[in-house]
Amino acid sequence: MLRITPNIANKIKKAEVLLLGCSAGGFNIIYDLLTSLTITFPLAVIVVIHRSRNHKSGLEELLAKKGNLPVKLGAHGLKMERGVIYIAPPDYHLLIEPHGDFAVDYSEPVYYCRPAIDVTFESVADVYQDKVIAILFSGANEDGAEGLYYAKRQGGLTVVQDPECAQVKTMPEAAIRMTKTHLVLKDEEIFKLMQHIVTLNNVHE
Amino acid sequence: MNTIVDILSFDQLEDIVGLIQKVYGFNFSGYSRASLKRRVMRVMQLKNYSVYDLKSILVNQPEFFDYFLAEVTVNVTEMFRDPSFFKSVRENVLAYLASYQHIKVWNAGCSTGEEVYGFSIMLAEENLYDRSFIYGTDINPQVLDFAKRGIYDLKKMKLYSENYLASGASRSLSDYYLAKYDAASIHNELKKNILFSVHNLVSDGVFNEFQIISCRNVLIYFNAELQEKVLRLFYDSLCPLGFLCLGSKEALRNDDLIKKFKVVNKAENIYQKIA
Repeated sequence: MLRITPNIANKIKKAEVLLLGCSAGGFNIIYDLLTSLTITFPLAVIVVIHRSRNHKSGLEELLAKKGNLPVKLGAHGLKMERGVIYIAPPDYHLLIEPHGDFAVDYSEPVYYCRPAIDVTFESVADVYQDKVIAILFSGANEDGAEGLYYAKRQGGLTVVQDPECAQVKTMPEAAIRMTKTHLVLKDEEIFKLMQHIVTLNNVHE
Repeated sequence: MNTIVDILSFDQLEDIVGLIQKVYGFNFSGYSRASLKRRVMRVMQLKNYSVYDLKSILVNQPEFFDYFLAEVTVNVTEMFRDPSFFKSVRENVLAYLASYQHIKVWNAGCSTGEEVYGFSIMLAEENLYDRSFIYGTDINPQVLDFAKRGIYDLKKMKLYSENYLASGASRSLSDYYLAKYDAASIHNELKKNILFSVHNLVSDGVFNEFQIISCRNVLIYFNAELQEKVLRLFYDSLCPLGFLCLGSKEALRNDDLIKKFKVVNKAENIYQKIA
């Protein structure tokens, strides 16, 4: 349920980065969510979606056309900015350097996945600590659970899509088993949370 | 259930980098911190070490450092990884070099040698192998021992065969190895013009002059400064009109260097030295 406690409001106010991770069955909600974000959305958005390295998904082009925010493929040396959506490139892990530049990494896949959600969530939580909001959606494996655990440990706000809403429950359920996340939200509540981010975070600035 | 033992801070990572420099003379200061931190934490997880344990063992057990070096550097590679890259090398690079009397290839950061053997196979197929010599170098002696043996997991050969066929190949990858039990052993003829040797891109210099230098998915682990230093080393190691092959995420960005190279294939990051 979406209840904005003072603690959660405080985390939203401080946030600089929104992390979104999904696999099987999560693409549609992430797509709808990203295209719903308005030009005033105050955070940098980093998206990790499991996808094949052999097939171009066209996600970047689609989002750039339908959405309101600039969309970039995460690339080595790219500087992270608020109000921009970054997508993890196929077949590389996406990380972030202490000074806020992106880095890519070709190390072992995690749960057979590269990009892996765990890798990006942990790396961003390392650098941005309590300025992170991380949301995990539908998926068919357990990637992301450890990343979410880590994001919480570093002080970030952690959110899981309610497994009842998820097309494939494995990923959100694994995350809930591992971490007492701050929020477990139904789809429409996740959209509401975006509105709270715009209101609360902009007030802070 | 959770496998995170101890969180390593960026400050603690700097301590470890400094300590390794002091004790072993290995300089990690130009390495990407995001990736290095993850690799060091991975070692801590595998060994169940705290930051304190790791530091004390690094200082007191020199034999642990070999293991540490092997685990911290990324040694993930494939044979004919990015088939479109190899296709372009065949069509744009080897065809260009076909009239050369000697073709020297440097595969820098070759890890377990899969790409070296890939070059070996392509040179053989273009009838250039007898005129060619390939140097495979890496910072890590353990992976080079593996590379020299040329024995790979047979299970991986299915993927490698698919890559190979997609690279514009005319034969079957199984023509080049002997399958025995669960291992694929690269034929000896493909090994005779190869030398695997330790070379540290951070601290070692030019050692020969090459027609082709291939260094893919190595520079992504270095910061901008070290990347530039290594690219200059490659520039100095290339013969006039020699070819430089970088990974798909490693386009040349430095203005001064861009002027010295012509783009042969933009998508595959293949360049030719022109000035």
